[in-house]
Amino acid sequence: MKRLLNILLKGIITENPLLMLMIGLCSALAVTSSVANGIGMGLAMTFVNVFAELVISLFRKAIPNDARIPIFIIVIAAFTTIVDLVMKAYFPELSKAMGVFIPLIVVNCIIMGRVEAFAYKQPPIDAIFDGIGMGIGYTWVLVGIAAVRELLGAGTIAGIQIMPEAFQPILFFTLPPGGFIVFALFISLNIWLNKVQNNRAAAKEAA
Amino acid sequence: MNLGTIFLASLLVENVVLMRFLALCSYVGMTSDVGQSVGMGFAVTFVTVLATAATWPIYHFILVPLGIEFLQILVFILVIASLVQLVEFYLKKNVPGLYAAMGIYLPLITTNCAILAVTFDNITKNYNLIQSIVYAVGVSAGYLLAMVLLAGVRDRIKTSPIPKFLQGTPILFVATGLITVAFMGFAGMIK
Repeated sequence: MKRLLNILLKGIITENPLLMLMIGLCSALAVTSSVANGIGMGLAMTFVNVFAELVISLFRKAIPNDARIPIFIIVIAAFTTIVDLVMKAYFPELSKAMGVFIPLIVVNCIIMGRVEAFAYKQPPIDAIFDGIGMGIGYTWVLVGIAAVRELLGAGTIAGIQIMPEAFQPILFFTLPPGGFIVFALFISLNIWLNKVQNNRAAAKEAA
Repeated sequence: MNLGTIFLASLLVENVVLMRFLALCSYVGMTSDVGQSVGMGFAVTFVTVLATAATWPIYHFILVPLGIEFLQILVFILVIASLVQLVEFYLKKNVPGLYAAMGIYLPLITTNCAILAVTFDNITKNYNLIQSIVYAVGVSAGYLLAMVLLAGVRDRIKTSPIPKFLQGTPILFVATGLITVAFMGFAGMIK
């Protein structure tokens, strides 16, 4: 149980796909101008990631090593298509707001990376936990960036007015440049969090 | 929409990296020196145009008549992946000079989201084949431009005193943010 929990937790900070591994960045910046979009994208990506990892892990002994990349792509593309169609049918507005980024989950390097580096070698239960952990790691960063950008850029979080009436929204933050700069600060924050964690571990060892 | 507008809009106003946040992985990963970023830029241009020329007819002459447009994602990514493979084989055998210059970038291109995005855009924007090709050239020229700009800035960053908490990757994104501010100036160019 502890092992599974560790697999789940490492995706959230120490191996956070966006902030530490620097992969899957495109969607993270593009959809985070509002919190609702961030949550939607996070859930969509988590769904594809968990199921792709599960399927690959279940069939890992049957997939020939030489043909593994095309097979991964097909599996990921299938789940992406499912998400795309479901979003179009039930959340048409969200789907429109995210535009091309839902189909682009298929080339999200996080999923490809986890499938190749983890699911292809590990049993299904571990793969599910890894998928969920990476999904949460991805989603919290998305929601965090989106919250900062929406709060400063529009004075709201998830559409609810937070800032006082007199607050003049700083449009800069909802525009692309704001996205890049807020993201830079998040990476910086995560490096600091990691350092704190390492220091604590080192202190424990010394004691 | 005329071709000039499509080209300028995709090159500057909607720059693929700076305004639409596509292809950021290679943007951060491949810009540590200028030569490398140019090589990657040309490889992407080459494959984007080829991919457009291949996926547009496939969508309009195969997927639409059969009524299986929902397979678009699956088909496009497979077409691009196999195209990259074919190009790699062809260059290796017949144009070794070009392969030596471009070869190492090709495998990375399969998962470059800019290329896939261009092929989807061509369909959603209802471009005809000529417009699609011009759009593909414009987008990839924009990619090349952004890559070279960041590679240049990175050379300067190496010798600059950077605040401690921004050292490493964070400063790249701050720099990109500032480049993007400059690009916002192009927004009024196209109505």
